[in-house]
Amino acid sequence: MELSGVAALMEWGLRGPAVARRRALRLKLAAIVGFLALWSIVSGAVAALKLFNPIFLPGPWVVLGALVTLAAKGQLWGHVVATLERVAVGFSTGAVLAIGFGLPVGYFRALRNVVEPVVELLRPIPPLAMLPLFIVWVGIGEGSKVGFITYATFFPMFLTTVHAVRHLDPLLVRAAQSLGARPAQLFFRVILPAALPEILTGIRLGVALSFFVIVISEFIGAERGLGYLINDGRNFFLVPQMLGAAVLLGLLGYTGNAIARAAERRFLRWQSPS
Amino acid sequence: MKIQIAGVGKTFGSGAPALGGIDLEIAEREFVCLLGPSGCGKSTLLNIVAGFLAPTTGRVLVDGSPVTAPGADRGVVFQEYVLFPWLSVAGNVEFGLKLKGLSRAERERTVARYLDLVGLGAHAAKFPTQLSGGMKQRVAIARALANSPSIILMDEPFGALDAQTREVLQDELSRIQRLEHKTIVFVTHSIREAVYLADRVVVMTSAPGRIKQIFEVKLGEVRDRFAPEFTEIESAITRTVKEEVAKVHE
Repeated sequence: MELSGVAALMEWGLRGPAVARRRALRLKLAAIVGFLALWSIVSGAVAALKLFNPIFLPGPWVVLGALVTLAAKGQLWGHVVATLERVAVGFSTGAVLAIGFGLPVGYFRALRNVVEPVVELLRPIPPLAMLPLFIVWVGIGEGSKVGFITYATFFPMFLTTVHAVRHLDPLLVRAAQSLGARPAQLFFRVILPAALPEILTGIRLGVALSFFVIVISEFIGAERGLGYLINDGRNFFLVPQMLGAAVLLGLLGYTGNAIARAAERRFLRWQSPS
Repeated sequence: MKIQIAGVGKTFGSGAPALGGIDLEIAEREFVCLLGPSGCGKSTLLNIVAGFLAPTTGRVLVDGSPVTAPGADRGVVFQEYVLFPWLSVAGNVEFGLKLKGLSRAERERTVARYLDLVGLGAHAAKFPTQLSGGMKQRVAIARALANSPSIILMDEPFGALDAQTREVLQDELSRIQRLEHKTIVFVTHSIREAVYLADRVVVMTSAPGRIKQIFEVKLGEVRDRFAPEFTEIESAITRTVKEEVAKVHE
């Protein structure tokens, strides 16, 4: 499985493990300010030298302006909430299903032998290929958008859960059994906590994927949401609005990842106790 | 008899039998060492008594009833410690007590008592990743004892430790046994360790594992590794084991 690689990449981005914390923060801020400055200079140069229509590349302040205008009109919040709601409902349903099915499938070999071939068959299908089908099945409303997130996030979370349970140290189970653990106790007190680190990695993958797929499903037949805002901007050539919505999605995704990582630190404190 | 092992044999898959028919009776409060070269099936036998493996032939009785599964009456200490890494030291020792549904006060009392017994009272809040091998094995021993099993099965428990730590833990186990009086089955390939700890040393042969000879160690409760009587038994067992090892290499 490539998961460890993907997980590491998600954890650290392209930076590699952190340098000293304060220095890292300063570097980060400097990098962001530098990027914004470069963006401003390039878009300013485009406007000043008339390289091409400056409407294609508005500077950061124009993007911010577009967002502020939308917010002032009282529209922005509704779009953000719509997207967040879909992600929250779709992702949590996906997580509950993935963990709920993943734990028993990982533990019982007979079950795994039945489920695995089906999952292996479905998994390589890019989730986006299924979106039109979802719309045909559930209609163009909230159902298809939420359901689509659930569908797309289910597989990585299900597979990490199965993998985690499957590669559990069998001696942990033996130790618990000879301390008197009955099957239900074994499940909640040993298998679940032992699988938790990998399950949480899967959850973080799922969060990232939610923001990935929600945009596309909001392109199609949505009246609200950040994806809608981007598509609407395309129809009316509102580039600042497109970029503004994209930036907001990036920030939401970043926050989602940060929350998931905070949860990991909280639940996996035993891995590196201070 | 506390443990009756009657005609127990084990064959894995379609291979040669790992364990020939083993007959062994172990009395209450007896400390028995299973000794032999690697591959003689001593750990397999222990796993059968623990209920982790089912024998191919024969059966194991504990207090007269056949063993069919692992249970809280037989505590197990593994060579690899096998602590629950997500639980603190106290949490590990408490594990079995929680399963039994004991009250919080009762659990805390028992945990404190056994952590003190193994000399880890000051480390209750630490996590396994913060402990040395010797400390981890002390926690594992405390965890097994706290659950008050009548039998403790130990599978090369000190095999992964350095020589000094190993002797310290042998001393501790000997002291604990004088206080707790459990029935202990202890697998090892160290003859010195067996002579230091056991009431009886069961020397096993390999391929298939059988009992070659049983030595009674009548050296009293507190033993001196350098006493002439100690060395005498040690050499007698060494000769017997060497015959076996030589046979394997022929």
